[in-house]
Amino acid sequence: MTERKLTFSGAVNEALHQAMQQDRNVICYGLGVDDPKGVFGTTLGLKEKFGPKRVFDMPTSENAMTGIAIGASLNGIRPVMTHQRLDFFLLAMDQLVNNAAKWRYMFGGKRSIPITIRLILGRGWGQGPTHSQNLQAWFAHIPGLKVVMPTTAADAKGLLLSSIFDPDPVVFLEHRWLHNLIGDVPQGDARVPFGKAQLLNKGNDVTIVSFSYMTIEALHTMELLKKNGVNCDLIDLRTICPLDWESVFTSVKKTGRLLVLDTSNETCSVAGEIVARVSMELFGALKSAPVRMALPDFPSPTSPALSKAFYQGAEDIVKAVAGMLGKKISIDDLKKQHTSPHDVPGDWFKGPF
Amino acid sequence: MAQKQKISHELLRRMKHIRLVEETIAERYSEGKMRCPTHLCTGQEAVSAAVGLALRPDDFAVSSHRAHGHYLGKGGDVNAMMAEIYGKATGCSAGKGGSMHLIDESVGFMGSTAIVGGTVPVGVGLGLSIQLHGTTQVSCVFLGDGAVEEGVFFESMNFAVLRKLPVLFICENNFYSVYSPLSVRQPKGRAIYKMVEAMGCPAEKGDGNDVEAVYKKVLKTAGQIRRGKGPYFLEFDTYRWREHCGPNFDNDLGYRTNQEYLKWKKRDPILLFEKKSLGRKDVSRQDIAKMETDIKQAVDMAFAFAENSPFPSVDELGKDVYTK
Repeated sequence: MTERKLTFSGAVNEALHQAMQQDRNVICYGLGVDDPKGVFGTTLGLKEKFGPKRVFDMPTSENAMTGIAIGASLNGIRPVMTHQRLDFFLLAMDQLVNNAAKWRYMFGGKRSIPITIRLILGRGWGQGPTHSQNLQAWFAHIPGLKVVMPTTAADAKGLLLSSIFDPDPVVFLEHRWLHNLIGDVPQGDARVPFGKAQLLNKGNDVTIVSFSYMTIEALHTMELLKKNGVNCDLIDLRTICPLDWESVFTSVKKTGRLLVLDTSNETCSVAGEIVARVSMELFGALKSAPVRMALPDFPSPTSPALSKAFYQGAEDIVKAVAGMLGKKISIDDLKKQHTSPHDVPGDWFKGPF
Repeated sequence: MAQKQKISHELLRRMKHIRLVEETIAERYSEGKMRCPTHLCTGQEAVSAAVGLALRPDDFAVSSHRAHGHYLGKGGDVNAMMAEIYGKATGCSAGKGGSMHLIDESVGFMGSTAIVGGTVPVGVGLGLSIQLHGTTQVSCVFLGDGAVEEGVFFESMNFAVLRKLPVLFICENNFYSVYSPLSVRQPKGRAIYKMVEAMGCPAEKGDGNDVEAVYKKVLKTAGQIRRGKGPYFLEFDTYRWREHCGPNFDNDLGYRTNQEYLKWKKRDPILLFEKKSLGRKDVSRQDIAKMETDIKQAVDMAFAFAENSPFPSVDELGKDVYTK
């Protein structure tokens, strides 16, 4: 399939257009899906093309609108809900956890709930305690939910298509700092399967397991590490549930060292789960203690003076890898490359969110 | 039999069927074989029977924890329900749901769940799907007086009114949420149906122990909904005879009076309608005797089916979490 350059948000938009074109039962709703900004560009043009019956703005009723998606899905509809901030979706945890996740199991396999819930999460720009939570671990903790966290533009498209046509409820987590990232995106129905991680860099020294935005930070370190004689396997998980344990285990068996990056708070994190599982399954293969790099267990602060110490990035990853190998690696080059302030994805970003 | 007599006969039959199932559960619960929380609707059979008969088999219905009557009234398979309560593989939810998770999609009963108000938006979503598909079905949401206190009820009602969805809300007001009376939960003098009306949904109140009145009201209302008039809310006063959850009477606890219970027992929906039907000669004593024998046989068979069915094998434990 031919590829072109698209932004991550453009790729999401293309996936929505294709899914709605392919299946007239796909509907798309959420606060602001048809507003002039189109949820960071991801829903632009949908209403014009597919009409107001299938693409609509909604009342600020996150919980009921999730239950409504569940009910509609029982009669053949495939709803895609969009929330501009994950934090607001917390009001819908009842419908997600008690109904969507359980429906198939609690009715003995009678019916699945094919709904997709797009949640945008992020970091920086003073979004603070209730506008930047990364709660993938909450969702991954609930049997019955699938949890998807794309990093690249191609995966944004391919995984969203897979989510929409998946028979089970999918929580699709988009990191705001990825929306403007440009990448090669295949044309057509280029679905990416769940549970298949992508190896973005190959090396024998350390296994870095990552997902979503932290994979970008890790990619920034690969060249510097290589210059210093350190080669890492960089595994981008793509989906948190199902999780590609095979790729993780295969790599750790080879390297004997594991660093897991997470975009959320440390305790009970996805990173913690990966460290636990690897420690239990591959205890004998480990050459050093596994490391998880996640946020400290505080709410996200607003002031740039505080968020600078709260969030981690490429420089911290280099330090962690060097520490695991007992090496000293200068991060001066990385510091020089990082010209934009710490609280934005790039100089182009001027807020407001 | 004339149509009117047929309806009387069927309303009576459905009520008696529900009553016998519930009372047999109560009688046999102490055997310890029905190992799940069980919310009986003895005394509330009229709404279940009437709504079930007034709706079409292809109309949808969802319900909550006290759903046996709604399921059976809609025509749900009694064998599968009893097997479910016994935790058997042949249960309607393969033994994974129990009394609070009933489903029989073949008669449009799309599911009952245990969280108060939890299926209200699901029923509204079914209404949205009906509107999108352009069929003439109705989606019926059974709820209680407690569910209208949940935020999700207001959110769901707002959307149903906004989009003129084909949803029929059937609110059984039995005055208690577990042991909590309405007086500690809702302001005095504010009727539920009036509050709903103020939200833009046409609403009426009726006697939930008058099966014929409920039937007529639902038939008329469902017809309007089918013609695209949007949602409708019907509130019916009624009374559960037994405890909130379980097989016993609990009027001795003091949260409600025995006097109140006896007052409602006198208004037993089955006795009231039986008397009326006999008086009008819609049914004869022989009809009733035959009906009772048939029901007894069906209920005995359902319990036997449940008892004799196999438990799910342990391999089922991890199945059906995901489709694939």
